[in-house]
Amino acid sequence: MSLTHYLVVSALLFSISVVGIIINRKNVITLLMCIELMLLAVNTNFIAFSRYLNDEVGQVFVFFILTVAAAEAAIGLAILVVLFRTNKKIDVAELKELKG
Amino acid sequence: MTVESIVFYVFAALTVIGALGVITMRNAVQAVLCLVLTFFSAAVLWMLLEAEFLAVTLVLVYVGAVMVLFLFVVMMLDVDYASLKSGFTKYLPLGIVTALALFGAIYWVIRSEVLGDMPEPAKHSAEYSNVTVLGRLLYTDYFYAFEIAGVILLVAIVAAISLTFRGRRERRGQSVPMQHQASREERLRVVSMESGPRQDAHLRKEEEAKKKPKSKRKKKTKGDDA
Repeated sequence: MSLTHYLVVSALLFSISVVGIIINRKNVITLLMCIELMLLAVNTNFIAFSRYLNDEVGQVFVFFILTVAAAEAAIGLAILVVLFRTNKKIDVAELKELKG
Repeated sequence: MTVESIVFYVFAALTVIGALGVITMRNAVQAVLCLVLTFFSAAVLWMLLEAEFLAVTLVLVYVGAVMVLFLFVVMMLDVDYASLKSGFTKYLPLGIVTALALFGAIYWVIRSEVLGDMPEPAKHSAEYSNVTVLGRLLYTDYFYAFEIAGVILLVAIVAAISLTFRGRRERRGQSVPMQHQASREERLRVVSMESGPRQDAHLRKEEEAKKKPKSKRKKKTKGDDA
């Protein structure tokens, strides 16, 4: 397997998640999942380059990206739950007020 | 075709199929399960790239924790997901065009001479430990960043709990609606007072009486706006 194979797979993943953000722009949960997919594509790129350049530092970067992505998912879902409690809906188009 | 390339093609196809499922599924639970499939097959790809520790971490942390959190939230919220799909066909052409353009651009870069020729490196020997290498890097060169990552996780915990906490709060806090409803009349009262003798005049009289018990009061206290 050459480096190109892995890069093409992660490019596909990234493009698919961009489409997901465009066509599912109302659903916050799907938006969060698409962001996770994007991060996965980026991580795959990092790991592929780390393997083919014989440099393990790329994997350290992936480690930190995973940490930040986990924190982001936790806070995003917490915000989603609060949003649902106050508005009874999670439609992005109806989020017009920011008052506490 | 070697075994490695078969594994690669099968799991790369599964990754892409899972990703397509995530964005097209009508049911949110099915979308989350598709994402789990994507993460699993991506972990296999990472395994092929000899990043064993990260592949296991992806399965444990992502599939085990983050995706379960997603499933909890999706099942807990009583949302009509079908209505959220309403703009799906409207934006589909735009989405496909964007995806093709983006993928074309990335593919052009990948195929061009920018990357140069990167031969596949030799496989590591059986004694090679991915965990040892990563651990050595993390705890020496990247130790500061590692500590910051811990702080980020702590912030995430505090933020998630404080956002969703609904129990009795044992502290004083602001009530934003009450603050907005407050009018000027409640907060501010203009009082007109007549100037007169000082309010503590009698105290002074006593003090002076103590100091000079025999002498009579000489000083007159002046009027003062209290």
